[in-house]
Amino acid sequence: MRMSTFILKRLSYTVFVLFGLSVLIFVIARVLPGDPARLALGPRAADWAVENLRQQLHLNEPLYIQYFYWLRDALSGSLGQSLVTRRDVMVDVKDFLPATLELIVVAALLDVALAIPIGMLAGRRANSWFDNIVRVLSYVGVAVPAFVVAIVFLLVFGFMLNIAPSIGRISPSIMAPPTVTGFLTIDSLLSGNIPAFFDAFAHLILPALALALGCIAQEARITRSSVVENLNKDYILSSVSHGVPERLLTLKYLLRPSLIPTVSVMGLDIASLIANAFLVELIFNWPGISRYGITAMLRKDLNAIVAVVMIAGIIFAIANIVVDLIVAYLDPRIRMVEKAA
Amino acid sequence: MAEQLLEVKDLYVNYKVYEGLLKVLSGVSLSVGLKEKVGIIGESGCGKTTTMKAIMRILAGNGIVAGGTISYKGNDLLRLRGQELTRLRRTNMSMIFQDPTAALNPVFKVGEQLEDIVRYSEFTGNPTGQEVKRKAVELLKSAALPEPERILDSYPFQLSGGMRQRVCIAMSLASARELLIADEPGTSLDVTIEDQIMRLLKQIVEERGLSVILISHSVGAVKGFVTKLYVMYAGTMVEEAPTEELFSNPLHPYTQSLLKAVPKLTGGGVPEGIAGRIPSYLTITSACRYVSRCPFAKEHCNTNAPPGFDLGNGHKVACFLYGAS
Amino acid sequence: MKRTTSRRFPDYRKSWYKFSKNYLSVTGLTVVILVAALAVFAPYVAPYPGHAEFYVNYQEAVQSPSWAHVFGTDQFGRDVLSRIIFGFRYSLMMAVVVLSLVVLPGVVLGLVAGYYRGGKVDMVVMRTADIFLAVPPLVLALSICSVLTPSVFNAMMAVSLMWWPWYTRLVYSISSSLRNEAFVQAAEIAGASPFHIAFREILPNCLGPILTKMTLDAGWVILIGASLSFVGLGAQPPTPDLGTMVSDGAKLLPEQWWVSMFPALAIVLVILGFNLLGDGVRDMFAAEAV
Repeated sequence: MRMSTFILKRLSYTVFVLFGLSVLIFVIARVLPGDPARLALGPRAADWAVENLRQQLHLNEPLYIQYFYWLRDALSGSLGQSLVTRRDVMVDVKDFLPATLELIVVAALLDVALAIPIGMLAGRRANSWFDNIVRVLSYVGVAVPAFVVAIVFLLVFGFMLNIAPSIGRISPSIMAPPTVTGFLTIDSLLSGNIPAFFDAFAHLILPALALALGCIAQEARITRSSVVENLNKDYILSSVSHGVPERLLTLKYLLRPSLIPTVSVMGLDIASLIANAFLVELIFNWPGISRYGITAMLRKDLNAIVAVVMIAGIIFAIANIVVDLIVAYLDPRIRMVEKAA
Repeated sequence: MAEQLLEVKDLYVNYKVYEGLLKVLSGVSLSVGLKEKVGIIGESGCGKTTTMKAIMRILAGNGIVAGGTISYKGNDLLRLRGQELTRLRRTNMSMIFQDPTAALNPVFKVGEQLEDIVRYSEFTGNPTGQEVKRKAVELLKSAALPEPERILDSYPFQLSGGMRQRVCIAMSLASARELLIADEPGTSLDVTIEDQIMRLLKQIVEERGLSVILISHSVGAVKGFVTKLYVMYAGTMVEEAPTEELFSNPLHPYTQSLLKAVPKLTGGGVPEGIAGRIPSYLTITSACRYVSRCPFAKEHCNTNAPPGFDLGNGHKVACFLYGAS
Repeated sequence: MKRTTSRRFPDYRKSWYKFSKNYLSVTGLTVVILVAALAVFAPYVAPYPGHAEFYVNYQEAVQSPSWAHVFGTDQFGRDVLSRIIFGFRYSLMMAVVVLSLVVLPGVVLGLVAGYYRGGKVDMVVMRTADIFLAVPPLVLALSICSVLTPSVFNAMMAVSLMWWPWYTRLVYSISSSLRNEAFVQAAEIAGASPFHIAFREILPNCLGPILTKMTLDAGWVILIGASLSFVGLGAQPPTPDLGTMVSDGAKLLPEQWWVSMFPALAIVLVILGFNLLGDGVRDMFAAEAV
């Protein structure tokens, strides 16, 4: 099928799933114990004030009516008021989301930039000292929880060795660029503010690397074993026997089939990037939506919690579509089979 | 004897596996002369493909040549490196793999793969895209493929088995001016398609004056094609003879059983199989490898492997029935 | 080529032999058994079992590792090693409880959905699974825990609630691909009931992936549990949960590194053990395919 049909189908299915997700999380937030109005006003507020708020928030109505009000509000741009910041959650989201997106994107880029070359090199030189180190490190890397990595990084690189800054997104002494995308790196490039770009990037390195480490380990391992397996495939041996130059062989004919399992895994790995952002942002005190979300969860800020979960779902869904598109590009069999189906 | 194009002498190849060492090839020797057509028959797993891969220097990562020599036009093939080896691969010899589906990269178009081979094999300088494509089309036509442009634009999985095999043949034509190795070219195909492929190969080989090593486990396929036949069993050459001679006078017990196992259209009842299986390469000893299935096995067959005994007029047998140990 | 025979339950002795030859898998198994043993016999093995729950002795607080306290003491004077050993209890309990609750329903749902592939059952089950899987697991776990009162029990319930779809999806994909194999059709023609086909024909073929996933999942569930406690949504003090210990000890970094680093290492050890074991289990079943 055409690419556009494929995307359309996936998008509509995604919308359906996100819709279901919103129902799920809404139900969880409302049905489970606790009175949101009482929580909002505190234990010392008068009963009549609480009752008023309950009316306002439609809490006395049946669940599906409550959901309807929530959905209507959400679609018109309001996600309810946050208990913590007392602002509309949508405003909070606009404030904090770019920081997290920037972090996740940089982490994903680091992931790809490191995992694939390392994996390919290890696979080409299977059983060499390099390969053995890579295999051991990747095994361990997958088992270390993200919050441990973050703490260790902060400690070692941030404080002890003082290589990279560890507080905030940009040094206080640097002038922040005007906000266009919310990505400090892109914004500073757009306004030609080169020192700000480097400074922002330096602040990104530690948390992004801490976030990406588990993924790098996992994907390097998969790439490596994929390369090792493909090196003995007849089509590679055939290319070798025909005298195809080595660089062309490695960078084209070996790379593409070896990438397929790796990219397929990336979908799930992006999930772990999003999830681990919650822990990493907390540790680095990064002003992103995940740290906002954790605070919301600890303070039972229901509107914020719902919003954050939905955002995580949206990011994840989009990332999955992108990953699937890349896999379809790499492996023509997938696109063509869909055509036959 | 005229100078041999390819000469394999006493080749030993092992594979290193988790459980130990697989001693697959044990003292394999064969020779191919200029424009000579040679065949190797034997059952699955007897090391035919391993021998060919050793010749083409594409043994798997865990394969080691443990002894013997392979010389091509007098040069030691095993010592060749870098530029010389690449040049040899691009112009002198090539191999058609057993399974054409596995031999083509599934994620690239056929045209791209063929053109990347043609670019380096058929041209010396920097050819233009047009020239390369033209040559590729020409090769596809020599492989009797209709609509070559459409094929160039297709992915391997979009072609039928027979077409894929022809594409592989076209690829080999680009890089084989002297020697062509065909590893069971029709095995994975329909019998009628296999027949077409064999005819095509015959025609190509005649036209270009190529030397051929044809591997098959189908006795019928080799009969009309090759002039000299080798019989392989469990990593050893057990018999070698001109084709007619081998069929009319098979000497090694294995060859005899093998030929008896071929069903004949002219009657003769149900043919007999050969009891037993190939021995495990892990636990191989210095005995004759056929000893467990040989109806004529004697004491000394259990301790020593028989060398090849030359019986004149090109007929050699590796069996103690024909010579003293 | 359609398969006409189904792969039955594997030959256990042969599988064990293959498994035992792989050093990594055996190491994994050893680690897991060790951790389990420590957890079960914690009161007898831990040098200071009393320190596991409420205990305060400021005179012994934050002592660096010594012969008396091999892993040092924390800010309340509690022995870190003993707390880690008791912490294993909570980790393993989490893994055992969650998996026992989740695997059976998840697998059954997957079998049913895969058997009636294309039907209404398939749609309902798999769409629901897709909804649960639409967000990263940790996020969903965090949000469910956040609306409950934080406790170990609630953390286990929360994770169980959202973990079942993984098994459903796994079994569904195997089940629906096997659905059209010859051996299933043969059984149908012979008059076997769907019940028989699902449980006697299809399920044995799923056993390998299911067991592998369960082993690896044990590690991931423990990881999620530790993450939940780290954030404060799981175990509450003074419960000796490994995640809480890392979080509490983080305030004392970098001088009193042992308070959080040893629990962190303990987590890594457990996950690594299950990962190695899981790989071994996978290889054990994969070997059958040859």
